[in-house]
Amino acid sequence: MSVSITVGAYGVAFGAAAVANGFTVVQACLLSLLTFSGASQFAVVGVIGAGGSAISAIATASLLGVRNALYGVIMAPHLKVRGLKRVVAAQITIDESTGVALGQEPRGIVAMRKGFWYTGIGVFVFWNLFTLAGALGAQAMGDIRAFGLDSAVPAAFLGLVWPRLTGNFERALAVGCALFAIAMTPILPAGLPIIATAFIAIAVGLKR
Amino acid sequence: MTTLWIATLGTSLIAFLLKYSGHSVPERWLSHPKVQRINALIPIALLSALVAVQSFSEKSQLVIDQRVVGISVATVALFLKAPFPIVVLSAAISSAAVYNWL
Repeated sequence: MSVSITVGAYGVAFGAAAVANGFTVVQACLLSLLTFSGASQFAVVGVIGAGGSAISAIATASLLGVRNALYGVIMAPHLKVRGLKRVVAAQITIDESTGVALGQEPRGIVAMRKGFWYTGIGVFVFWNLFTLAGALGAQAMGDIRAFGLDSAVPAAFLGLVWPRLTGNFERALAVGCALFAIAMTPILPAGLPIIATAFIAIAVGLKR
Repeated sequence: MTTLWIATLGTSLIAFLLKYSGHSVPERWLSHPKVQRINALIPIALLSALVAVQSFSEKSQLVIDQRVVGISVATVALFLKAPFPIVVLSAAISSAAVYNWL
């Protein structure tokens, strides 16, 4: 239940953010239906909203989506699905479904599979309904700044990154990347200051 | 095709291919510890950069406006361990208040 409410809140925030950054309601809903990965979706609208090109937006979102491939690697041996079922399983392979499934590991393979499918499908339904609600709400607003939506978007990003800042190293990386992106904004074409920070993360990760 | 449509469909296509590839490639390709570590760091870098750019820029210019108040309030809310909806709402309300009344 609490997972559903949280997902609903993120969904509303995403739908509103997409429309606030110039996407249509249909495009916002398609992103939730087809991309179906919160951080990647927020990244697309964030990069486009900052004036970035389609390529920068796709690249940023895809770098964030690599995580789902790793989840697939973890889940595949447990699910053992083929054909159309594998296509569906792949689409609902996200943070929540993988997390719940792994949490059920001590209770056996059946509980794991159940956790994966129920969570994945449940989140899919909620996420898409609330995206629509958020997008329609933002569309009805007109001047989004009068409703604070221009601040809700970065606040949503901050809420997404916050739980990942588990140690001093992570916090230093976050602050460093934020400062780098600000410093590069007037110099590099829009979108590039954001993608460039992924290379900082790769360089740091390789060295460490 | 507009930029928005290319971004929407391109992102969706790659997102699915990434998910599907995870279910289909041999495990050893992606379970290397360095890959895992970098994978944990990339979201931190990209999301932090997005917070900064979305808070302090307008296209290619750096600007200070009502969003500074919003993001500051959100930061305080997160320090106080507020749940996600409260974080976003408090940022929106404080920012809207500054925009409308100052």
